[in-house]
Amino acid sequence: MKNREKLIVGGVEFTSRLWVGTGKYRTNEEMAAALEASGTEMVTVAVRRVDLKRGSGGLLDYIDTKRYRILPNTAGCYSVEDALRYARLGREAGLSDFIKLEVIGDERTLFPDVMGLLTATEILAKEGFIVLPYTNDDPIMAKRLMDAGAACVMPLGAPIGSGLGIRNPYNIKIILETVDATVVVDAGVGTASDAALAMELGCDAVLINTGIAGAEDAVSMAAAMKHAVMAGRLAYQAGRISKKLYATASSPLEGMLL
Amino acid sequence: MKLTVNGEEIDSRAKTVQELLLELGIKPGAVAVEVNLKVIKRAEHPVYPLSERDTVEIVSFVGGG
Repeated sequence: MKNREKLIVGGVEFTSRLWVGTGKYRTNEEMAAALEASGTEMVTVAVRRVDLKRGSGGLLDYIDTKRYRILPNTAGCYSVEDALRYARLGREAGLSDFIKLEVIGDERTLFPDVMGLLTATEILAKEGFIVLPYTNDDPIMAKRLMDAGAACVMPLGAPIGSGLGIRNPYNIKIILETVDATVVVDAGVGTASDAALAMELGCDAVLINTGIAGAEDAVSMAAAMKHAVMAGRLAYQAGRISKKLYATASSPLEGMLL
Repeated sequence: MKLTVNGEEIDSRAKTVQELLLELGIKPGAVAVEVNLKVIKRAEHPVYPLSERDTVEIVSFVGGG
């Protein structure tokens, strides 16, 4: 089997290749159950103002930080300055250098502003952050981000929360061949087959939030994603057959009666 | 003393970041504090002084993707 190496990002080894977001669950209890069912070892969180009337939200009361590594994001940031500010606050809140870096370019698509993303990646990497940038499915930008000091690249499969799956598997494949780096599909995964496809392409991991949290039964979908990621990885390692236009018999022709 | 905390103007007697967190009933655990755009390290909370008209941001983690 090929590519048996482990998933290591920022010096941390992960057994599970599924990273899970903590947004949009109906309750904190449902979120905790979904994390458990997913088998994940890293969860994303957002950084927001504490509500002075209600006190700090207590999300971490539902997340065992010994079991799950916390990955703060810079979601909602539309400029380099904002992304840097949120990253630095996230580092202080979580006492970890990991940051899922988002610099968003447009409200309707939530596509990344790759120019800003590149600048922010370079600055944060120099400050000692382990930068995991959410980027386009663009192989050239993936290379630029790695050159700027990113710890991995996280191309989108489709727009955040869209559930459209891997819209351009060929670009993801080219990214995998272009950069000698960890590649994590982030955003767009809507159901188990999308996650499996990402892994069959050779991606190192998948990051899912809405695909799990928005499912009718989030906990069951979390389990489905866990199995899909494992199945996709195994299929990639096993090496699939090539596609052919015509049939090839599975049963021998020798020994037939006529 | 008047402070702007998370966008709200409040009256406070806190002389340090730590006293402000106590006054507001916020557990110092997983929060990050910024005073006038500067992130204040947790170890500095007990000693970092607050002054009239300071702008303070107190953030923590919420669910996100």
